Amino acid sequence: MIKVTIDDVEIEVAPGTTILNAARQAGGELVPPAMCYYSKLPGTGGKCRTCLVEVAAGSTADPRPMPKLVASCSTPVMDGMIVKNKTSERVQTNRGGVVEFLLVNHPLDCPVCDQAGECHLQDLGYEHGSAKTRYREERRTFSPIDIGNKIKLHMNRCILCYRCVHVANQLTEKRVHGVLHRGEHAEISTYIENAIDNDFSGNMIDVCPVGALTDKTFRFKSRVWFLKPYEAECACDKCSGKAVVWMFGNEIFRVTARKDKYGEVETIDDKTAWICNDCRFDKKDPSKWNLIGPRKIDRHSVISQGKYATKNDNNPKLLS
Amino acid sequence: MSRKLLIEHAEVPGIASFETYRKHGGYASVEKALKTMSPDEVVDEVKKSGLRGRGGAGFPTGMKWSFLAKPEGVERHLVCNADESEPGTFKDRYLMEKLPHLLIEGMITSSYALGARRSYIYIRGEFMYVLRILEKAIAEAYANGMLGKNILGSGYDLDLVVTPGGGAYICGEETALLESLEGKRGNPRMKPPFPAVKGLWGNPTVVNNVESIAAVVPIVNEGGEAYAQIGIERSTGTKLISASGNLVRPGVYEIELGLSVEEFIYGDDYCRGIANGKKLKACIPGGSSVPILPHYLVTKTAAGTDRLMTYESLADGGFASGSMLGSGGFIVFDEDQCIVRNTWNFARFYAHESCGQCSPCREGTGWMEKVLFRLEHGMGTLEDISLLEEINKKIEGNTICPLGDAAAWPVAAAIRHFRDEFEWHVNSPQEAQKRNYGLIQAPLEA
Repeated sequence: MIKVTIDDVEIEVAPGTTILNAARQAGGELVPPAMCYYSKLPGTGGKCRTCLVEVAAGSTADPRPMPKLVASCSTPVMDGMIVKNKTSERVQTNRGGVVEFLLVNHPLDCPVCDQAGECHLQDLGYEHGSAKTRYREERRTFSPIDIGNKIKLHMNRCILCYRCVHVANQLTEKRVHGVLHRGEHAEISTYIENAIDNDFSGNMIDVCPVGALTDKTFRFKSRVWFLKPYEAECACDKCSGKAVVWMFGNEIFRVTARKDKYGEVETIDDKTAWICNDCRFDKKDPSKWNLIGPRKIDRHSVISQGKYATKNDNNPKLLS
Repeated sequence: MSRKLLIEHAEVPGIASFETYRKHGGYASVEKALKTMSPDEVVDEVKKSGLRGRGGAGFPTGMKWSFLAKPEGVERHLVCNADESEPGTFKDRYLMEKLPHLLIEGMITSSYALGARRSYIYIRGEFMYVLRILEKAIAEAYANGMLGKNILGSGYDLDLVVTPGGGAYICGEETALLESLEGKRGNPRMKPPFPAVKGLWGNPTVVNNVESIAAVVPIVNEGGEAYAQIGIERSTGTKLISASGNLVRPGVYEIELGLSVEEFIYGDDYCRGIANGKKLKACIPGGSSVPILPHYLVTKTAAGTDRLMTYESLADGGFASGSMLGSGGFIVFDEDQCIVRNTWNFARFYAHESCGQCSPCREGTGWMEKVLFRLEHGMGTLEDISLLEEINKKIEGNTICPLGDAAAWPVAAAIRHFRDEFEWHVNSPQEAQKRNYGLIQAPLEA
């Protein structure tokens, strides 16, 4: 075990752990946000740059600070490393910069976006963004497209985290979608809008941190905060059958995988509990599910009502 | 006149053919290395020579080679980065076009030193005609026993493959190059692991610039110490400079490092001054990614000493009053050139070439391009100038690969040194459409 200090909290972790995972073991405020890293999908991370942290001392053997901010999701900890996240002014300004970049081409259509309430970018915008944009130029726009008969892609909202590409690579047999073009014009798409026809493609919706990939069986049906989540299970021969059903009265509005507080699909019985498309899209009949009990929402998002109300009332940035 | 170690025979008729090249002393380094030296001895010579990477970063080549992991039973690779896409740089193309066998000779000697059995030349997609020249030369080398099994009876086998890219600037970044070589989308990889540990197909790999590999030939022939005699301090040997812009005689020059910038621009053996009797306005000494220097900082440093063509002297003064030698793309502007337009042009290039993988570069380069477009076309405001500086600071150092820095530095430097001209574009937009700002004044203390 090696010792690492993150924001004055000392943590003991196994060698080879990344800074982000070390912080997650400690939990709480010192965990850097992550938009692209997904611990259940090897190969993700490093792209969004929101998890940048300052390394004030590299290790006991070499206590020099690292000159650049490093991506905590892909930098392994060293014994005696001192990391600054919340306590570093530099990290906070640069993270604000990254959030500004992410919002440059992101439409502020939260009122009509199905992801609102459980959107990571929304949370990040509240915490690090400014109330006004400095971007005066025309935004990059795409038309929404269908990828498969159950998934809608709003490329305008995409932040190119590549998570869905990794899902397709790792969970499904043949990847037919990926990133086309380069730079600002890069987009997630299928080859000539080829339909995605695969039993596990629906998990792309679960891993999407924003509202770019949405469930066509749920789109515009309800806001997420009006629904009550229940842990449920069903007998399924394709997947674990362990899911969360979102209900209004006796009706199931949507089915998602069970996600932890970082928005990642939980590990149940040593397996990541991805759910199959049958469970997600077709089992909307409550009699098919065995309801276990209410699902606790452990997210600091807008869904926990009133969280940001007081903060924003006194926010001079919003008033100016 | 500088000694020429690389391109001395470049203009000899028929030098691209094996026989002519061999007649002019070609493949001597292969014979010397394979017959009389051990691989480690070759690495030692390169270390002694003090050769620094000629692709732009200037990292010592010998040190890079010694970092190569050598686990048992795992193949190692040498990859030549011939994806020369930096605006203002065209030395590698010249070298490969004129002296394809020099690169092949360097590849054989370097691969032998590193223990690579399969080496690659990754060439830029736009250089298709150069690819044909190289392929022909490689076929000749195979036919003459310089490549293939048991080269020159030494028992060393080497296969050399030349592969074209798709013409993306980002594929000049070493890990993106490896991705592209593996047939994937050319996105830079996260580091660590570095290519020296896990590179092409997961094997330890060294990626070197064309000129660095070519420079191994004279180093092995004449010895590392003799090579280190040329140049000043830590800038040893000769360097190819691609001079372009408003010069009387632009072109590719091989110089001994340590030549003064004044001599290079105005000397009779080199560029012979600014074209059409105009005055020097600014100079970018190392390709489009490095900071631009205003006329009063080109030939003299801020401290008043002569600026020399070395890694250290060009970087003298840091980013406040210095620049970098970079890849040696020496771009000169005369008094008629518009710095705002030029900066916008570069920003447009980087916005176009950003791979779109990490957010600061993807969104930031596009944003800078749009703001600069407005400034250049008379629609800018004074806030835009400070906005540009802010965007710059948020991109620099926060990206996966150095493309973000490369996009941010030229804009930052242009604003630092030519703020007056930017402000003039904002304050007199109509005039700025009609004429150019002309020379800027040196600050009084300079």
